[in-house]
Amino acid sequence: MAARREPIAVDKVQLLLSLAVAMFALGLVGVIVRRNVLVMLMCMELMLNGVNLSLVTFAQQLGSTVGAVLVFLIFVVATAEIAIAIPIVLLLVRRKRTLDLDAYSDLKG
Amino acid sequence: MNALKLIVLLPLVGFLVNGLIGNRLGKRAVSIIGCGLPLISFAITVALFIQLGASGQPRIEAAYTWAAFGTTTFDIAFYFDRLSAVMTLIVTGVGTLIHIYSIGYMKDDDSYARFFAYLNMFLFFMLMLVLGRSLLVMFVGWEGVGLASYLLIGFWFQDPVNAKAGKKAFITNRVGDAGFLLGIFLLYHALGTLEMDRINAAFLAGPVAVSASLVGICLFIGATGKSAQIPLHVWLPDAMAGPTPVSALIHAATMVTAGVYMIARLNGIYLNAPAASQLVAAIGVATAFFAATIAIAQTDIKKVLAYSTISQLGFMFVALGVGAYGVAVFHLMTHAFFKACLFLGAGSVIHALSGEQDIRKMGGLRKRIPITYWTFLVATAAIAGIPPLAGFWSKDEILWFAFASGSGGSFLVFGIAALTALLTAFYMFRLFWLVFLGPSRMDPDVEHHVHESPITMTGVLVVLAGLSAVGGFISIPHFLEPLLPLPAVQPALKSFQMPLVALSVALGLLGLAGAWYFYGGPAGRTKAIKARFGGLYRLLAGKYFIDEAYEFFLGRPLHWISDHVFLRIGDRALFDGTLHGLAGLARGSAGVLSRVQTGNLHLYALLVLIGSFLCLVWSWAHG
Repeated sequence: MAARREPIAVDKVQLLLSLAVAMFALGLVGVIVRRNVLVMLMCMELMLNGVNLSLVTFAQQLGSTVGAVLVFLIFVVATAEIAIAIPIVLLLVRRKRTLDLDAYSDLKG
Repeated sequence: MNALKLIVLLPLVGFLVNGLIGNRLGKRAVSIIGCGLPLISFAITVALFIQLGASGQPRIEAAYTWAAFGTTTFDIAFYFDRLSAVMTLIVTGVGTLIHIYSIGYMKDDDSYARFFAYLNMFLFFMLMLVLGRSLLVMFVGWEGVGLASYLLIGFWFQDPVNAKAGKKAFITNRVGDAGFLLGIFLLYHALGTLEMDRINAAFLAGPVAVSASLVGICLFIGATGKSAQIPLHVWLPDAMAGPTPVSALIHAATMVTAGVYMIARLNGIYLNAPAASQLVAAIGVATAFFAATIAIAQTDIKKVLAYSTISQLGFMFVALGVGAYGVAVFHLMTHAFFKACLFLGAGSVIHALSGEQDIRKMGGLRKRIPITYWTFLVATAAIAGIPPLAGFWSKDEILWFAFASGSGGSFLVFGIAALTALLTAFYMFRLFWLVFLGPSRMDPDVEHHVHESPITMTGVLVVLAGLSAVGGFISIPHFLEPLLPLPAVQPALKSFQMPLVALSVALGLLGLAGAWYFYGGPAGRTKAIKARFGGLYRLLAGKYFIDEAYEFFLGRPLHWISDHVFLRIGDRALFDGTLHGLAGLARGSAGVLSRVQTGNLHLYALLVLIGSFLCLVWSWAHG
């Protein structure tokens, strides 16, 4: 009979922070690797939410409500940002009929 | 009391109103403003003049302090003594008359308001020049009248010839102004003040820290520019490109006499500077003679009068050079009357002939424009020195002091001046004959349109002719004697005074007779003399080729240096080369650096990532 594994004592805070780092890293890799503008935007949101997660985690650890409130504020700002970013992407697509970012290298010196 | 300020500022108001909104006011309002304000200035001057005659004390009005350095201040102040009173009367009086004349002369011009604005601006600066107490104010006026002169010579700037004449006048005057400024600097350095009454007092009181002759010569260089004396006289004949009232006001009656006024005003310096005074007399008499000879062979009515003006200004400088300052101002005044009358008469002739200025295409105008004819006759006789008209008195006094003055009078100066007086009478009656008498040589379609000028023009001519006739009875030298004492007469020569008067009359009549002989008689006489003295005639008609000589000796070398040294080496090689080199360097390095800018967002993001990572590592390592 197999010995019952001892449950690994994982700290909740550590778990949450690892998740936050994973989200941030995933988003970062996505931004750098993917070419689709919309996917890049989503990845950026992923990064942002990774950071948000770390923020609430630390806030809870410190027993402060201020961090939690701040996260809601960031949500609002992020919403507004996306509300502007999506129309910009739409305008870009209307101009060049593609979502591939490589087509938008007009700032090449 | 602000009467003097008012005299100066009223024309400025006219300039501002006519210059800024004149085009919207209509010609009638422009004329009323343009002529009315100078007229008020004249009225105030007359009132102050009467007051001055009663008290005899100079009137000083400080306007404001322009600058203060430590204890030294530069005040803008006006000074009204007998000398500036006479000048102010001439400037505002003759000036107002010429403004009124311009109503008729310029009535069809599109830029009517601009013309009156400029004329008023000229009067403003001229009054600054005349009334200024310090050399600083005088210099501001001096430059300002130069500007007004430039603007009015080039008034019809659509024709490049006129614009060029304006530039020539302005640039030639710059040469003189450099000397004038040096004189001012020397005076300030030595005396610490620029107020002319104090400068005179300092020089009269005793030795000062600067050579009076040096200062006198520097200032006289300024006067040669403004008053068109050799060697800077070349601008005045070209200045005739401006409208005729301008020639009368600026280039005959007032502005060109500024140099004479300045020297008379600073007589304290020249009384202590025999060398400078001799130079003034020598240049004056030389200019008078050379200009008179040139005038004989000119065919443009205004050019004849221009050379005549230069010649008469030479007479004034002769008087200044021999110490007879009051006499110079006397001739200045009578000259303002008869030369303004002559120029305005010429303007009336040009107006009648629809713009024709060549006296070879005139003649027989006596019956056609009688008022112009009679006024021109009076003024011609006045300048020729026929008694008892104005020019006779003043010219006779100049000849007398050139002969007998104890400070610089000599037989040589007198001899040349007397010969010039003869030439003056000759060329003026020549002009008169060719324009008004003899058979008509006009183009038929011009002749058809000949008409007498309107009353605003002829009325002014009549007033000026009246002044030319009786102006000589105003004894200016006597009036100015408390301020500008006349030089002592050499005792041995006292008995020559009456014979000299007789000689002076004889010279005028001889000139008249000569002109009658050549131009009243058959045309063959002038042709014969032209053929006989062909070389001399070409020399005179070509104005001694001084313009050409300046062009050859100054213009071309300057042009060569400008082109080869300053343009090709300096400008193109040095400045442009440096700038182009720097620009090329910037462009080249930018080309290299711009390769970093790929426009690829992924790369940017990666670089940002690497950068922040490195920052983190660094801060951790140094934490």
